[in-house]
Amino acid sequence: MKKKEPTLSLLERYAIDPIEADRLVFGRESDPVTRRGFLRNAGLSAMAVVLGGSVVFAKEMPAGLLPALLLDGGDEDLLAKLGKDKGLIVLNDKPFNIETPAHLLDDEVTPVSRMFVRNNGLIPTGVDASKWTLTIDGESVERKVSFSLNDLKTKFQHHTYRLVLECGGNGRAEFDPPAEGNQWNVGAVQCAEWTGVRLRDLLEKAGVKKNAIYIGYYGTDTHLSGDPDKVVISRGVPMRKAVEDETLIAFAMNGKDIPEAHGYPLRLVIGGWPASVSGKWLKRIAVRDKVHDGPKMTGDSYKVPIESVEPGTVVPEEKLRIIESMPVKSLITYPKSGASLLPGQKLSVRGHAWAGDLAVKEMHVSIDFGTTWMKASLLPPQNRLAWQRWSAELTLPKKGYYEVWARATDSEGRSQPMVVPGWNAKGYLNNATHRIAVRVK
Amino acid sequence: MVERDEQAPDHLRKLAERIARNVNLLATITLLLGVFFIFLTVFPEVYQRAFVISGPEVVVTDVAPIAVDEGIVNGIHVETGFIVDENWEIVRATCTACHSAKLVTQNHADREGWTKMIRWMQKTQELWDLGDNEPLILDYLAKNYAPQKKGRRARLTNIEWYDLKP
Repeated sequence: MKKKEPTLSLLERYAIDPIEADRLVFGRESDPVTRRGFLRNAGLSAMAVVLGGSVVFAKEMPAGLLPALLLDGGDEDLLAKLGKDKGLIVLNDKPFNIETPAHLLDDEVTPVSRMFVRNNGLIPTGVDASKWTLTIDGESVERKVSFSLNDLKTKFQHHTYRLVLECGGNGRAEFDPPAEGNQWNVGAVQCAEWTGVRLRDLLEKAGVKKNAIYIGYYGTDTHLSGDPDKVVISRGVPMRKAVEDETLIAFAMNGKDIPEAHGYPLRLVIGGWPASVSGKWLKRIAVRDKVHDGPKMTGDSYKVPIESVEPGTVVPEEKLRIIESMPVKSLITYPKSGASLLPGQKLSVRGHAWAGDLAVKEMHVSIDFGTTWMKASLLPPQNRLAWQRWSAELTLPKKGYYEVWARATDSEGRSQPMVVPGWNAKGYLNNATHRIAVRVK
Repeated sequence: MVERDEQAPDHLRKLAERIARNVNLLATITLLLGVFFIFLTVFPEVYQRAFVISGPEVVVTDVAPIAVDEGIVNGIHVETGFIVDENWEIVRATCTACHSAKLVTQNHADREGWTKMIRWMQKTQELWDLGDNEPLILDYLAKNYAPQKKGRRARLTNIEWYDLKP
């Protein structure tokens, strides 16, 4: 049966066939070879009128790229399009950056619908998984090798791990002076179940030279400027992290194909480190004889001061270090903040705790602003680098306003601070205790 | 007085002729402009070369009035979330050419901080030279999106109370 065209929203049109949508909506035809610009200027003026201004880089604008302003369906439409729970918070719709509130992170294994999205560029369109290849090259391999998706699925042993992926900037919103960028609160974290092959097994096929120091990934997302030759983000990890058991080239997430926004059809997945090292839409891994120098590895991206500084201090690049393992952290995922209780009503609280490369050793909660702490029960992780479930039964002694604070301690004895930790210009690594408001009426 | 009265018809005729000439001239200019714009529409490369590449002024002249019905509620432009204040349309046209308005409106910084972000975008994200618009954009951002004091830990806000079932 033919689909009734007029019932499709603008967003749906772009989701189904962006090129066709351009033509339908704006009469825009882009160059069939470069898929850019406006052929004979068709559609440019129509689009400019709708936008209330001209498209400054009309020539470079990639075909099918929905101008941000036209996401007029609002956040709800965008969330629906991406298969996200309507309770998620859209921080940015170009590129997509979407946060999950703490109470929606209660699942043991984070489902796609409640998974944060942090994209630096635009999601690649028209991916053909049957033609997808992964290449391993770089100055520190004996030989360049390529694998089809089918090779990966059929010629190597599969492994499945639950891995915590947390954005390096999770908690950025709390820094003072403010840190620039997407203002993540607490929900740029997830723990899904990833299936794939070990990067180590693939590196063996390529042969790693003795001088190898780092790996760097390359994906197929498009830069916001529309420049097809510009790499959006290309980060990596030192060899010691690259060859860990849990470092996967994943083709499945939670038992299904990886969703588009999360890297379909292939993703490098590295638990415990800033999630930006887990490269989406993975096409190539370079084995480097130096610290990888792709976009967002250099400058001040994903770096913090080597020596702690007074808030607001300008720190030169040579005094910054690349973030490796994420710090110990926890969330209260039940109940949702704002719970009203009757006098004498028991309060069950629970959540997850994780500690980068380490495990969480202890979990404590406080209902008196940190004056006293009570030990919570804590389960071991499903596997290394997965988050751990914690829970506690609390009794609120009398009427009034309370806050439940949660504090995890890692296997090396380091705990979460109760205030925002070391200031850094880009607002990384805020692992201050999570708090929820509770009252007895 | 008498002399002027006698000359009046002649004088008026000359005036009328002058007006007619001017109207003709005006019509010709309008026609030429029209042809010029049609030419630009058919050959956009000329437009690109002449305006976009030659200088940043194009951004100023390009800020057209809002063509579709868009709402402004309590001083906020509903579609983008921008605070409606002097030069907000320049900010809108410039910033949203590449990214969401939300990337602007969720951030706060002083003039120096906003300048740093612009420099970073110019260095790494292919943002163009903002020319004469830069001070206008910075005026708007530093005024409307200035840093807020949060301290070492802010109080919990926006709490939505609900009854927790026992």
